[in-house]
Amino acid sequence: MKPTVVKRDLVEDYAIDEGVKKLTPERIEKVVNDVIDNETAGRLWTYLNTCIHCGLCAEACQWYISNDRDVSYAPVTKVKDTIWPMIEKKGKVDAEFIKRAAVISFTECSVCRRCGMYCPFGIDIAYMLLMVRRICARLDMVPLYLQDTVHSHAATMNQMWVKPDEWIDTLQWQEEEAQGYVPTSRIPLEKEGAEIMYSVIGPEPKFLAQLLGNISVIMKVADQDWTMPAYAGWDNSNMAMYSGDFEVMARVERLHHETAQRLKVKKIVMGECGHAFRGAEYDGPTWLGWMSPPIPLIHAIEFYEELLRTGRIKIAKKIEGPVTVQDPCNVVRNRGLGDKLRYIMNAVCEDFVDVSPNKRFNYCCNAGGGVINCGPPWKKKRVEGNRIKAEQLKRTGAHTVVTPCHNCHSGIEDIVDTFKLGMHVKFFSELLIEAMDIPANLKA
Amino acid sequence: MYEFVRGPLALIAFIIFFAGSIYRIAYMLKGAKKDKIVFSHMSWKHSLASLVHWLIPFNNQYMRRRPIFTVVTFAFHICLVIGPLLLLGHVMLIQESWNISWWTLSETLVDWMTVVVIAGAAFFLYRRLSDPVVKNVTDSSDYILLAITVLPFITGFVAYHQLFAYKTMLIIHILAGEIMLIAIPFTRLSHMLFFAFTRTYYGSESGLVRHSKDW
Repeated sequence: MKPTVVKRDLVEDYAIDEGVKKLTPERIEKVVNDVIDNETAGRLWTYLNTCIHCGLCAEACQWYISNDRDVSYAPVTKVKDTIWPMIEKKGKVDAEFIKRAAVISFTECSVCRRCGMYCPFGIDIAYMLLMVRRICARLDMVPLYLQDTVHSHAATMNQMWVKPDEWIDTLQWQEEEAQGYVPTSRIPLEKEGAEIMYSVIGPEPKFLAQLLGNISVIMKVADQDWTMPAYAGWDNSNMAMYSGDFEVMARVERLHHETAQRLKVKKIVMGECGHAFRGAEYDGPTWLGWMSPPIPLIHAIEFYEELLRTGRIKIAKKIEGPVTVQDPCNVVRNRGLGDKLRYIMNAVCEDFVDVSPNKRFNYCCNAGGGVINCGPPWKKKRVEGNRIKAEQLKRTGAHTVVTPCHNCHSGIEDIVDTFKLGMHVKFFSELLIEAMDIPANLKA
Repeated sequence: MYEFVRGPLALIAFIIFFAGSIYRIAYMLKGAKKDKIVFSHMSWKHSLASLVHWLIPFNNQYMRRRPIFTVVTFAFHICLVIGPLLLLGHVMLIQESWNISWWTLSETLVDWMTVVVIAGAAFFLYRRLSDPVVKNVTDSSDYILLAITVLPFITGFVAYHQLFAYKTMLIIHILAGEIMLIAIPFTRLSHMLFFAFTRTYYGSESGLVRHSKDW
C-alpha cells in the first residue's frame, strides 16, 4: 500500500524534532513489537482482521470535512499511515515513519470517538490511535508541551506545576472573592465525612481561578455539604492518558480516587471538564481494572441538573438572547449527558438555540484528546482544521456558546477568534452565577 | 475433474471453512480474554440494541444519511448469503452427498439475487476506484477479496444460463465457491465471522460503560 500523499505546513516541535534523531531501528522494532504483543490483544487483532477498508468513517471526522475532504485526514487513513505498517512490517519502520505517526496521532486526531459511531463494524478507531500514541510515548516522541504536562503530573500530581502553597493560597483568595457575593461562602478544606468532594483540573487554580470562587457561591446557595482536598489529589485532569504514558495516568487516577476515600465522602463532584471525566470515570478505571470508580463520580452537568431540578437553586432572571452549547465528546457522546445538558441550558437561558448536529453526533472542538495541549506550534492546524465547527456555531446566531468542558472552552475560543464569530464563550457556572437567585438572608 | 471438485475438494473446503472459522473465533476469544476488560464490558442488553440498530436497514443515523450505500450493501449481503444457501441445485447436491435438505427459493428469484450480488460488487469496485478515501486505503488484497467474493456468482450465472462451455464453467464455478469458503476464515472476509463480536462489543462498551449509544 503506497503511503498517503500529505501536504502540511512545516511545524517545529522541539521534542519531536530532537526525539526523532535518537531513534534507532532496533529501538523502534523492540517498542512496537512489545506494545503490539504485550499491551494489545483481541481487540486490535479483531479490528485489523475485520476492517474492510470501506472508508465510511471519513464522513465522521471534523478534520477531514474541514480540510476540504483531504483524504490524509480521514480516520481510516490515519490508521493506514500508522498502525497497519507497524504490524505488517513487524516493527521494521523508520524514524521518519514514527515521526509522522506521532504527528498524526497527537496533533491530527482528537480521539473523540465520533468515527467509531460511523463504522458499521463498531471498530474503535480512537483506541487504535491511542495505541499509536502509546508506542510514540514509549519512544519519547510526544509533542513538547504535552510531555511537559505529563512531567508535571508525574512530579506534582497536578497538570500545571501548581505548588502546594499556591493551591491553598488560590483557594483562600477565591474564598474571599466569593464572600464579596455571599459573605458566608466558604471553601472547606479537608472536611472528613463531607457529602461531596469537589475536584477540578490543574488549569483552574492556574488560569481560571474565578471558577473556584463561583463554585463556592453556588455550593453556599445550594446549601451543600462539601469539601476540597488540601493536598495533592485535588487535580482530576490527566494528560498522561492522552500522551500514552499509562503508568502516570494510573497514578494520577488512583490518587484522585484515594483522596476521595481518605476524605470519606459520599461522592466526587467534578468541575466542567470532559477529558478529566473520561479519565476518572472510565478510561482510568479500565486501565486499573475497575468496572467503575470506588466512589461515585458526578460531572458538573449532572450536579447542576440535580440542583436545578430539585429546586436547590432557583433562577431569578434567565440569560437573555440566543445562547447555544458545545456538547463535549467525553461527557455527551461518551457518557450520554446530552439531555441533562439541555435541561440546564433551558433552565437558565431564555432562548436556548440547539446546534446541529447535536448531542452524541456533535463535532469535537478539535482541542480535546490532548491536541490543544500539544501547544502553540500546532494551534494553526488545530483551529483551521475545524472550520465545520465555526460554521455550525455561526448557524445558531447565538451571542454566547456554553462549553461545559475546559478543552472545549479553549478550543472554541480559538475558533471564535480565528473565524471572527463574535461570540462569548462561557462555562455553565458563569451563566448560573448570573442567573441564579441568591436568597435575601445570604446577600451581602 | 468434475467428480473431484464436486466430491473430495468440496468436502475439504467445507471442513476448512467450518474448522477454520471455529479456530479463528476461538483465537479471537482468547485474545479478548487477554485484553482483560472485554468480557466484563459485555452486556446482552446493549449488544442486542446495537445489533438491532445496525442489522435493520435505515435504523441508525448514518444509514439514513447514505441511502444509496445502505440499499446496495444490504441487498448485496442478503443476496450473497441467502441466494446460494437456498438454491435448489445446491440443496440437491447436499442431499445427494449427506442426505440432508431444506427449503429452497425459486430458481428465477435466486437468479435475480445473483444479478444483485454482481451489481453490488460492481458498485463496490467503482467506489474503490473513484472515492479518494477508499482508493487511498485500497491495495491488491482488496481487489482480490472482491474477486473471490463475486467470482462464484459470475460463474454460477454463466453456468446456469449455459452461455458457453457448460461443463467447464460448472467446474470453475464450484472451484470459485470452494476458494471463497476457504478464504472466509483466513482473510478480511472474516468480517462475516467477526461482525457480531465487534458490533456487540462496541455497543456494550458504549452502553454499559459509557452510558451512551453507538447508533
